[in-house]
Amino acid sequence: MSAYDLPDQRGHFGPYGGIFVAETLMQPLAELRAAYERLRADPQFQEEFTEDLRLYVGRPSPLYPAKRLTANWGGARIYLKREDLNHTGAHKINNTIGQALLARHMGKRRVIAETGAGQHGVATATVAARFGLKCVVYMGSEDMRRQAINVYRMKLLGAEVVPVESGSKTLKDALNEAMRDWVTNVENTFYIIGTVAGPHPYPMLVRDFQSVIGREVRYQIMEFEGRLPDALVACVGGGSNAMGLFYPFLDDAEVALHGVEAAGEGVATGHHAATLCAGRPGVLHGNRTYLLETDDGQIIETHSISAGLDYPGVGPEHAFLKDSGRARYAAITDREALAAFHELTRIEGIMPALESAHALAYAAKLARELGKDKSIVVNLSGRGDKDIHTVAQLEGISF
Amino acid sequence: MARIAQRFAELKKQGRRALIPYVTAGDPESWVTVPLMHALVKAGADILELGVPFSDPMADGPVIQRAAERALKHKVSLTQVLDMVREFRTGDAATPVILMGYLNPIEVMGYEAFAGRAAAAGVDGALTVDLPPEEAGELRQALRRHKLDAIFLLAPTSPPERIRRIAAAASGFIYYVSLRGVTGAAHLDVREVAAKLEEIRRHTDLPLGVGFGVSGPEAAAAVAAVADAVIVGSAIVRRMEESAAQPDKILTEVPRFLAQLRAAMDGTAPQMQASGASR
Ligand SMILES: Cc1ncc(COP(=O)(O)O)c(C=O)c1O
Repeated sequence: MSAYDLPDQRGHFGPYGGIFVAETLMQPLAELRAAYERLRADPQFQEEFTEDLRLYVGRPSPLYPAKRLTANWGGARIYLKREDLNHTGAHKINNTIGQALLARHMGKRRVIAETGAGQHGVATATVAARFGLKCVVYMGSEDMRRQAINVYRMKLLGAEVVPVESGSKTLKDALNEAMRDWVTNVENTFYIIGTVAGPHPYPMLVRDFQSVIGREVRYQIMEFEGRLPDALVACVGGGSNAMGLFYPFLDDAEVALHGVEAAGEGVATGHHAATLCAGRPGVLHGNRTYLLETDDGQIIETHSISAGLDYPGVGPEHAFLKDSGRARYAAITDREALAAFHELTRIEGIMPALESAHALAYAAKLARELGKDKSIVVNLSGRGDKDIHTVAQLEGISF
Repeated sequence: MARIAQRFAELKKQGRRALIPYVTAGDPESWVTVPLMHALVKAGADILELGVPFSDPMADGPVIQRAAERALKHKVSLTQVLDMVREFRTGDAATPVILMGYLNPIEVMGYEAFAGRAAAAGVDGALTVDLPPEEAGELRQALRRHKLDAIFLLAPTSPPERIRRIAAAASGFIYYVSLRGVTGAAHLDVREVAAKLEEIRRHTDLPLGVGFGVSGPEAAAAVAAVADAVIVGSAIVRRMEESAAQPDKILTEVPRFLAQLRAAMDGTAPQMQASGASR
C-alpha cells in the first residue's frame, strides 16, 4: 500500500472535501492555500508553532496509563491522551495557535470564529488576546443562553460575541454567519475555523495543526508498550481531535481507528448527531461530506448532551476514512456518555468533557471485546469543568 | 435559440437593459409565487430569478435568509419550486426563468434528474451559488444535455485567470457580484463595477448582469448605464417581508416597486412604463 497523501491539490479526499463556496471567497481561499503551503515548509514557522505549543499550551500533554479504569473494565489496557490538561482545557487551542500564527504571517489583524459550546470561541479569544488581534466570535443565540459562562470568558478575553438569530440559532448557523462576515471583511480578516470542516484548505490545515496529538502518542506509548497501540478511540463532532490523533497512524494498518459520534437519545429516535452513522453525502459549509438532512436536502437540527458534538456535518476526511474502511464509526447515547463521565471522575479523579466521555463509553465496550493483551489509546479531548452545569441540571441540582 | 439568449438579443435590438427581479419561491406563502411572477413580468421584468429555499444560505444577507425561513416553514422543496415554474409556463412561454440556490437540494435530487425535470418544467438556467466552476463539471454537463444555461458568478475578488475560466464555462449570461459581501449589503460602488465589467468584457461576449447591492431605482439606473442586466433581490424581498402578513398586498406593492426600477432604468416616468411593459 502506498503512503496516505490526501487531500489532493483541489482538497479532495476521494469524493469528499473540495471547495464549495461563492465566487467571492475563491481568491481569498487561494491566498490562504498559498500562504499555508509556504509556511508549512518553513522551518521557522514550524519552530514558532512548536515553541508556542510547548510554552503556552503546555505540551506535550501526558499519555496516562489509566490502571484503575483498565481493571474496572477488565479488558485491554487503557491509556488516556490528556488534552484536557492543555491551556483552556481542550485540544482546540492547538489549532487556534496554528491559525493565529498563520493570520499574523498573512498580515491580518482581525480574526473571527464560530463556536457552539464556546470552547473554540474561548480558544480563539485566548490566542487573539495573546497576539493582540481583534476578535469577533459568532455564536447561536440558543447556545449563548446554554453556555453563558463561556460567553463571559470570551468577553473577559476581549472578544466581541455576536449572537446569531438565524436558522436553528446553533453552531451551524454561527458557521454560516462567520462565513458571511469573512466574505464581507476578507481584506483584513482571518477566519479561524474550529474543526476539520469548511472549504479546502481548512480540513487539511486544522488536521495538520492537531496532528501533534497523534505524533506525541506514537513515541509516548513506547515507554509502556514498546509498540504501537492496537486501537485509537476519539469522539467526533466536526472531527478535529479524532483526525489529530488518527492522522499520524493512517499508514499503520495494525492500529485500528474508532470515531465515536453522539447518538443523543438514540439514533432510532431521530434526536442525535450521528452524521457518519446515520447521514448521507451532501454539500454544506464549503465541502462535500456526510450530512444529516431531510429528504429535500435541508439540513436538520441535531441533538446531543454535549454541545461540541452537536453538528449536522462532519469533516470530509472522516467521510473518506469511513467509506474506505480505514476507520470505523460508532455512536454513544447521552445516557452512556453521562455514565462514563461519572465513572472516570470517580475511578481516576479525572473529570472529562462530555464530548470525551462519548469516546470513553465506547472504549469500555471495545476494551472488553479486544481482551487483556491489547492496548487502547483514548483521546481525552477536554476537561469537564464546562459541563458541570449540564450534569448538575440533569441530576436535578441547581446552584 | 435558448430563451435567455433570445431575450438578451431582443433587448439589445431595442437598446434596453434587462431587469431581473429575484424572489424566493414560496415566500411568504406558496400560492403567492406564480401570480407574483406574472405580475412582475407585467411590471417590466425581462427575466425572472426564482430562489430555491435552503436551510443554510451562506451567501445571503438577513433579508433573503428570512425569506428562505418563511418558505421553509411550510416546507417548500425543490420539487415544488419546479411545479411552480411549470404552472407559470402555462401562462407565459416567453419570459426566461432562472433558478438560484445552493447545491445540496440538487445533490439530493441527483444532477441528471434535476436537469431533466427542470427542463421539462420550463426552467431556462440554474445558478448554484456555492458551486464554483472547479466543482461544477458534472452538473454543467447534465444542464447542457437538457439545454439549460449554467450561470456562474464573478466577483470583485476574481483574478484574470478565473475570469477567463468562468467566461468559458458560463452560458446565458454572467452574474457579476457587485461587492465583497452577502446579498443585500449596501456599499455598491458603480465606478468600481464599471471598471471590472470592462475587464470581464475583454474575455467574453456573454451579457453581464450585476446584482447583490442594487437597493432601489437610483442604483438600478446607475447599474443599467454600465451592465446588460440589473438584478434586484433583497430590495424586492424586503418589500415582500413588509407585506408578509397580507400576501394579497404583495401582488400590488412589489410590482409597483419593480415598475419604479424599470422606469429609472429606462429613463421614463413609472406610469408610462406600466402601460409600455405589457408585452
Ligand atoms: C472537549 C471537546 N471535544 C471534542 C469536541 C468536538 O470537536 P472535534 O470533533 O472537532 O474534535 C469539542 C468541540 O467543541 C470539544 O470542546
